[in-house]
Amino acid sequence: MPEKLPFPCGVYDFIHGDEAIARAAIMAGCRFFAGYPITPASEILEVMSLLMPLVDGVIIQMEDELASLAAAIGASWAGVKSMTATSSPGFTLMLENLGYAIMTETPVVVVNVQRSGPSTGQPTMPSQGDILQAIWGVHGDHSLIVLSPSTVEEAFNMTIRAFNLAERYRVPVVLLTDGEIGHLREKVYIPFPEEVVIESRKTPKSNELKAPFKDWHGDGIPPMPVFGRGYRVHVTGLTHDEKGYPETTNPLVHERLVKRLVEKIERNVREIFTYKQILADDAKVLMVAHGITARVSIEALEHLRKKGIRAGLLKLDVLWPLDFALLEQVVNSVERIVVPEMNLGQLYHLIKEIASPSVEVVLVSRLGGEIPTPTDIVEAVLK
Amino acid sequence: MISASRLTPALELKRRYLRQERLPMIFCPGCGIGVALKYVLWALEESGLEEDKVVWVSGIGCSSRVPGYVNFDSLHTTHGRALAFATGIKLANPELKVIAFMGDGDAIAIGGNHLIHAARRNLDVTTIIVNNFNYGMTGGQIAPSTPHLYKGSSAPYGNYERPFDISALVASAGANYVARWTILEHVHAVRSIKKALLKQGFALVELLVPCPTYFGRRNGMRRPIELLRWLRENTVHVSRAQKMSQEELKGKIVIGEIVDRNEPGLVQMYMEYVKRAKLAMKSA
Repeated sequence: MPEKLPFPCGVYDFIHGDEAIARAAIMAGCRFFAGYPITPASEILEVMSLLMPLVDGVIIQMEDELASLAAAIGASWAGVKSMTATSSPGFTLMLENLGYAIMTETPVVVVNVQRSGPSTGQPTMPSQGDILQAIWGVHGDHSLIVLSPSTVEEAFNMTIRAFNLAERYRVPVVLLTDGEIGHLREKVYIPFPEEVVIESRKTPKSNELKAPFKDWHGDGIPPMPVFGRGYRVHVTGLTHDEKGYPETTNPLVHERLVKRLVEKIERNVREIFTYKQILADDAKVLMVAHGITARVSIEALEHLRKKGIRAGLLKLDVLWPLDFALLEQVVNSVERIVVPEMNLGQLYHLIKEIASPSVEVVLVSRLGGEIPTPTDIVEAVLK
Repeated sequence: MISASRLTPALELKRRYLRQERLPMIFCPGCGIGVALKYVLWALEESGLEEDKVVWVSGIGCSSRVPGYVNFDSLHTTHGRALAFATGIKLANPELKVIAFMGDGDAIAIGGNHLIHAARRNLDVTTIIVNNFNYGMTGGQIAPSTPHLYKGSSAPYGNYERPFDISALVASAGANYVARWTILEHVHAVRSIKKALLKQGFALVELLVPCPTYFGRRNGMRRPIELLRWLRENTVHVSRAQKMSQEELKGKIVIGEIVDRNEPGLVQMYMEYVKRAKLAMKSA
């Protein structure tokens, strides 16, 4: 029987995005949270401080963001599902250990409630400036999973999915939201724990211990040992062989390891990448958006359809891995693409890369914490 | 009581605790890190701790390679961050005995913030800092432990900075136990490490060791024996140091037990937080 959670379940509640993320994490089985105060993500730390001790989990405010993700990774190796949350400047600091989590195949969830940058930027203003940082910020070749919610309810559901994906693929999952969703209050259905599917990592069988980093099952995902249960596993951020031992001069060992780490994600892109198409079937103009700008696009879409314009929306729930085969097909089936973003064009470049020269790709860019308005988008579509 | 004659012979220690297939180690001839490891293994054996419940954590550098050789669960992490990872491991499963094995540059330069905060929190982790007075792995650059005027590859005309007193720093930050020994005082060192292993709260043993390849060679002490002599001449036991003037203590490193107290550790304090939270919910 599931334990009693310290918030009402099976009800609609009126909460903000940060609180939804914290509650969902607890429902997903997260029992370790480490964080450092930063606007506009501090509420996740604060809600966790209230709730975590009530479910016998651990909450600790660390000395910085480097330490927060480090502690979360340590907890994961001790067998506990873990999370940290920050905003853009803190996420930059976390990149070091995000790479470590990728290299050591540690399930962990990292929430980035984006604000404007570079540097300290606009602490209280939302932004979508970290898309490429979230995907490519870690040095070296790699892959990971990046999710992007558009509503508070999506923030709740995607947090649960983030834990499940992290556990299934042994990879850090970034929940990339922004200050707008983080601080937005709206109605959210909080399910009963029984309504939610929870996944947990596989642990190795005794014969698999002789090579704890070997692809035993052909899926690229070695079962994960837990510290303190006699596995005697060595875990390192150095390039390592199948036993987990450092092997830093053999090019083949490095190539095999890095390719496995990338392929275990990208070969499952069909399963990981989710999206929504709204009125896209007959569309001649397609808006491609995610997060808060996808919401605005829905309103723009209503205006456009009323005017008789054949417009549609492709809303991305996942920003990495992207199903390029599918996107290519969708993008190239229209005449015009409009990409509304709160940056100078990050998703825009990813879309432009796959659009054929005959398809015009237009960027609607807003900076400074401004969200593109439905009018901005309608104008770009009609131009 | 630990005595030199009772300790397990080194070869037997090696057979029992090291990953045989990983040997030989990467350390240079005359390096003190292997000796420091031997002291920890002796202390571990004496402590009677359950081996499956022991986790070694390290950062980056020569000393941080040690967890790759011991046959225990071990996490070789990013530069300077061992204690931050250790915080997560220990709080997530307080049954585990966590040993952080670090070098001086790793622990007090890039990891300095994590070190003082681990000590302030009184995190229940046994920390070994192997201090060889420079960065060995990267070619002998100066570290925050290099004494004033001593040379390194990044200070060829002599270090113009002052070093940290690591043990004093950690003691003043709030650790329950701090001891410092040179690699020459093996019985004292093993006793201190055993004590540190069985202690609640943050326990540090700093071991001063020779690095003949870099620190020694650049400072006119190419032979390991010269470095050992230098260690002997430049250290003063805490009981003697108390009777010495500031002038006499200049340039000397104080060894011995610096702090030994029994304040509650972080795990216990967190358990109390959980109790307070549940009580507050009940009365609400």
